[in-house]
Amino acid sequence: MPALSPVTTPSVTMPPPAIELIGIDKSFGAVRANRDVNLTVAKGTIHGIVGENGAGKSTLMSILYGFYEADAGEIRVDGQSVRIANSQIAIKAGIGMVFQHFMLVDELSVLDNVMLGAEGGAMLAEGARQARAALAGFAKDYGLAIDPDALVGHLSVGQQQRVEIVKALYRGANVLVLDEPTAVLTPSEATALFTLLAALKAQGKTIILITHKLQEIMAATDRVSVMRQGQILATLETAKTSPRELASLMVGRDVLLQVEKQPREPGKTVLDVKGLGFVDERGVTRLQNLSFSLREGEIVGVAGVAGNGQSELLSVLAGIIAPSTGTIALLGKELSARALNPRELRRRGLLHVPEDRLRMGLVPPFPAYESAALGFEHEERYGRGPLFDRAAMVGDLEGRMQDYDVRPRDALLKTAKFSGGNQQKIVLAREIERSPKVLLVGQPTRGVDIGAIEFIHRRLVALRDEGVAILIVSVELEEIMSLSDRVIVMCGGRITGERRREATDTGDLGLLMAGVDSEAA
Amino acid sequence: MSTPIDLPRWADIGLVPAVATVAAFLVAGLVVMSIGESPLEATRILIEGSLGSAEGIGFTLYYATNFIFAGLAVAVAFHAGLFNIGAEGQATLGGLGAALVALSLDWLPGFVVLPLAILAAAAFGALWGFIPGYLQAKRGSHVVITTIMFNFLAAILIVYLLVNVMGNPKSMAPETRNFGPNAHLPFIHALAQAMGLNMPATPLNLSFPLALLAAFGVWLLIYRSRLGYAIRTVGASPAAAVYAGVSPERITMLTMALSGSLAAGLAVNEVLGVQQHLLLEFTSGYGFVGIAVALMGRAHPVGVVLAALLFGMLYQGGAELSFDHPAITRDMVTVIGGVLILFAGALDGLFRRAVALVLPRRLVA
Repeated sequence: MPALSPVTTPSVTMPPPAIELIGIDKSFGAVRANRDVNLTVAKGTIHGIVGENGAGKSTLMSILYGFYEADAGEIRVDGQSVRIANSQIAIKAGIGMVFQHFMLVDELSVLDNVMLGAEGGAMLAEGARQARAALAGFAKDYGLAIDPDALVGHLSVGQQQRVEIVKALYRGANVLVLDEPTAVLTPSEATALFTLLAALKAQGKTIILITHKLQEIMAATDRVSVMRQGQILATLETAKTSPRELASLMVGRDVLLQVEKQPREPGKTVLDVKGLGFVDERGVTRLQNLSFSLREGEIVGVAGVAGNGQSELLSVLAGIIAPSTGTIALLGKELSARALNPRELRRRGLLHVPEDRLRMGLVPPFPAYESAALGFEHEERYGRGPLFDRAAMVGDLEGRMQDYDVRPRDALLKTAKFSGGNQQKIVLAREIERSPKVLLVGQPTRGVDIGAIEFIHRRLVALRDEGVAILIVSVELEEIMSLSDRVIVMCGGRITGERRREATDTGDLGLLMAGVDSEAA
Repeated sequence: MSTPIDLPRWADIGLVPAVATVAAFLVAGLVVMSIGESPLEATRILIEGSLGSAEGIGFTLYYATNFIFAGLAVAVAFHAGLFNIGAEGQATLGGLGAALVALSLDWLPGFVVLPLAILAAAAFGALWGFIPGYLQAKRGSHVVITTIMFNFLAAILIVYLLVNVMGNPKSMAPETRNFGPNAHLPFIHALAQAMGLNMPATPLNLSFPLALLAAFGVWLLIYRSRLGYAIRTVGASPAAAVYAGVSPERITMLTMALSGSLAAGLAVNEVLGVQQHLLLEFTSGYGFVGIAVALMGRAHPVGVVLAALLFGMLYQGGAELSFDHPAITRDMVTVIGGVLILFAGALDGLFRRAVALVLPRRLVA
């Protein structure tokens, strides 16, 4: 047998790898998302996969989980060749997947969610008994305790993620794939997750961790594979590499992970918010008594776990939703309810790069030049009268594509066809171009590749040096830490703390994000 | 994965509908064969009847006029993400507006009364579109529901007015008196005659060039104007519209009014052009066919005009067909139209995939 096998078996005692991908190829139209990918994941290890957006990580994992079938190549699980045509087969082969967006039913209990699709017969009682026993077993083996009768909708995001992991384990997963698992977690929840992953590994489970956070790779993984342009460039022992090496492998050149920023004395106050509150149409208080100010030439970062009012704050400041209480003064003038609309605020120099560029900042089906005029389509530079000057719009974007290195440099291409980073550059260029006095930026680099992150960060710092007041909302604490001069932390719609950048660290901010003020006496 | 397939624009509005049309005719041919008639013969009569003579062409273009207006009305609403199925009612009200002006001012010269009558038609149609638009924008009542209801309201209103208020006392039918000659939109054959050309008499009138003008106007509006930009933004992404400072409510009301005024073009053709008096049910379901026209034309004015011509051919050629071959009844022709709508509208994805496979790879994303 071994003599017939083309794969050399190094020694008799070595178990076959948990997952082997051999020569995986996958194209979508003209785009080759994966080309000749070879990946070996050893049993009982945590294996990281890093790469820029669009490097092909998600496609590769979707192939492993049976969402797509590869055009060419072979998948082996525990040394056996398996054709994974759909997720059912993947689950049977012992592969479990935890997506970034959970696939849970909020209205059902934890137990029901775990059983869903694996009820074990027409009647529920027997299956429920087994599932309950299994849950108790997981709690004992991995410290994965979770109340089986709690409603999933009532759980925190971190706990919901645990339910997803339990679901995968209940279906017999030996290999667990996690896609950007910490994107929605607080730092302490993330720490708990990594403790759990370590426990799973100790019990012989294999874990594949997809992330773009290099410090997580360094902290949690045994080995790491770097992907770029659909290929795996290198698989390294984590202990023998560094974040710098990984980052430069990812983008193909050296990257400044830390933004260089000179200290700068901020100027006069340009945005002054007092007692701001917002109650949504369902009567839920989203913002409560927020007061802060923003000065010329400073970057203020708003930190917090997603969903703690940051989005509402941005929307109120940009004039998209009307505040229920409080006042906003722009350039020393208090804004009336009438002035609080996006068009008027733009006219007065408050510009806004929204958090969700595909839903708000751009119009995906429009050609890029039209998206690049969104909110400014009435400006005279695009012609007078009821008709706009298409050539002027196209020319306008073409010039900016040059300055911002947008690729491909095709102003007529449909907006949706640009990568996340290039779309973000189109939005940023549009707003920065109008010389803002105050710039609101939501998630400056969400879904943006490392090369573009560096570019965007440098632009923002340059803008601050020119004297623009910048408010940044980001769920990436690293980003807040490296850009901000001052940090505001939000939790539950309130400001739980305000710190000068140099007087704080991630631990301090993490506590504030959880609603605990370490300085409060 | 059912991700939408992106095709180049010319393929999207030209090639895909053309392939669908051919497929629809093949299936319709099978239906014709099943009742013992020759599909080739039927196709020959259909084409000859609609395009084979000056008279046939005149009728085809006359029908197409109605379909262009109705199709544009539906298409404009599509761009704002609205599904206006009230073209029938809006056209009915348009006819009322045109008739009110024509009846009261037909002592004025034609170049005064006709533009006024057309404007009145547009204004009345706009009103009948605006109300459902207002109800959706301010009250959240869906336009699909309200525009259907407004079709019925329009039909009942016009019966009431023709029976009790505007009816011609000398006629037993619920209709107004004939408009004075000044308020007739000239027939094309009459114009040709004035220039010394001889053309057979058909219902084709000045509304047809007006419809083409409207199609160009809609193209300019949707793709080149700031208002059209706002309309498309609201249709594609209401959140992006709000971000840009465009009020989706305002655009909804405005677009529905615009859509209604375009639907009223159908009334200009029928009431001012052909009938020359106001009568019941002059819309004859053209407004509903407009939905199919807009779908088939991918809501693009050029596509709408092409689809309207096709449906015009089908109406005219179909009439000839059922005249020559009584076995092929009008209902049979309706079936052919239905197959066409099914293939061009509902089964669009089927042909997109096929077209995408045939086209060179670099053109398809």
